[in-house]
Amino acid sequence: MVEKGTWVIKEGFADMFKNGVIMDVTTPEQAKIAEEAGAVAVMALERVPADIRKAGGVARMADVGLIRRIMKEVSIPVMAKVRIGHIAEARILESLGVDFIDESEVLTPADDKFHINKYEFKAPFVCGARDLGEALRRIAEGAAMIRTKGEAGTGNIVEAVKHMRTVMDAIRRVKSMADEELVSYAKELNAPVELLRIVKERGMLPVVNFAAGGVATPADAALMMLLGADGVFVGSGIFKSSNPAKMANAIVQSVLHYDDPDELVRISEDIGQPMEGQEVENLSEKFQERGW
Amino acid sequence: MRIGVLGMQGDIEEHLAVFKRLNVDAFRVKSLKALNTVDGLVIPGGESTTILRLLKLTGLFGKLKDMIQKGFPVFGTCAGMILLSKEITSHSEQDALNVLDISVNRNGYGRQVESFEVDLSIPLIGEKPFKSIFIRAPLIVRTGKGVKILARYDGTPVMVREGNVMASSFHPELSNDLRIHELFLRMVKDASRH
Repeated sequence: MVEKGTWVIKEGFADMFKNGVIMDVTTPEQAKIAEEAGAVAVMALERVPADIRKAGGVARMADVGLIRRIMKEVSIPVMAKVRIGHIAEARILESLGVDFIDESEVLTPADDKFHINKYEFKAPFVCGARDLGEALRRIAEGAAMIRTKGEAGTGNIVEAVKHMRTVMDAIRRVKSMADEELVSYAKELNAPVELLRIVKERGMLPVVNFAAGGVATPADAALMMLLGADGVFVGSGIFKSSNPAKMANAIVQSVLHYDDPDELVRISEDIGQPMEGQEVENLSEKFQERGW
Repeated sequence: MRIGVLGMQGDIEEHLAVFKRLNVDAFRVKSLKALNTVDGLVIPGGESTTILRLLKLTGLFGKLKDMIQKGFPVFGTCAGMILLSKEITSHSEQDALNVLDISVNRNGYGRQVESFEVDLSIPLIGEKPFKSIFIRAPLIVRTGKGVKILARYDGTPVMVREGNVMASSFHPELSNDLRIHELFLRMVKDASRH
């Protein structure tokens, strides 16, 4: 019997992104640059997060025509974002044939209480998380991939580091817990105990875990890999830098050579200016606080 | 016996985990130095364009091709199969190692929403069907005379072998079934006897 959209098909697809870089793009031309630099997938967007922040207002799913043109332009997988809880946007992307759907806090939430029940879809979903409880709640809703939230559009890595460390630290604690401790820890985390048991057994999340939100340099990408990320999303960091093709190429290589400082020296040289960064404290709105 | 898993990009850890379950020493290979220490190599799933680019940037492309032509055992899954093939019909501008006489279409079974799993009969590994996982899988559109077809789906070859080179359109590393990796280990053992 042939089966589509099963858990292993969704989670297994996320495995194929491992040790790779997924790049935000806003035009077919940018998608081509990303593909040629070695991106494992592109995220089709109307604006990169830095510009969403500047523009204000309500940020929605990208234009269908734009996504379609990007899908036509590149042979690598194409992802796109939907607003938290926006079932209809997700149905549209699935029907369009988008390969992966990001239910993302970068867009303005459509539902202030619930996320999408992702089990109802054949297309796989990725969601952001700041801690183990949030990650397991998203997985319980059917997310086949998790990423840190970080603070998108800032070019500041500090929040992504905090979220990755928080998740990893909790996983280490779970590994050393006695079984009888799991139920009350699940209560503390607001997460299903069944998933916590899996985390204890495997010593890791049951799905792929990427870094996202604030990656602006090859060194930032290497840092996230050193902290245990399976791979890296780069949002504004590529096409807000002074030389996107060079920056994209360098970040792809830094994810391969994250543990080799000599290679990182070579990779980091002469790649132009990274995007401008922002202090997170000075933001009027933090995207990471969206999601429940 | 030491097995390498090509470590440019992709589901490297999933292959390493299978070999660990088989009690075989297996390592991620991302340099020439590491490549020279292994008796056989798996090229994992991932994005073939990314893996190709990094193979060239690290200088591994030429060396690996040379070793395979001299009999070094290699097994490619999904993107790995694309990289081993002679011709990528759907993307003729994309280079490949050209060590396996097949032509493939990238994403020939469709985009992710068309990805599927199916039980296949693979006589070489026993009677029990193998749960085969196809993810944006390459479609084999031509096989050369010297290529042995080990499994078919819907009439089309999905697992092939030519001498020291084996490849599958699907992902045995995700199936929780060790038999195809065991088959590759037998290939490596046979090669080391010569």
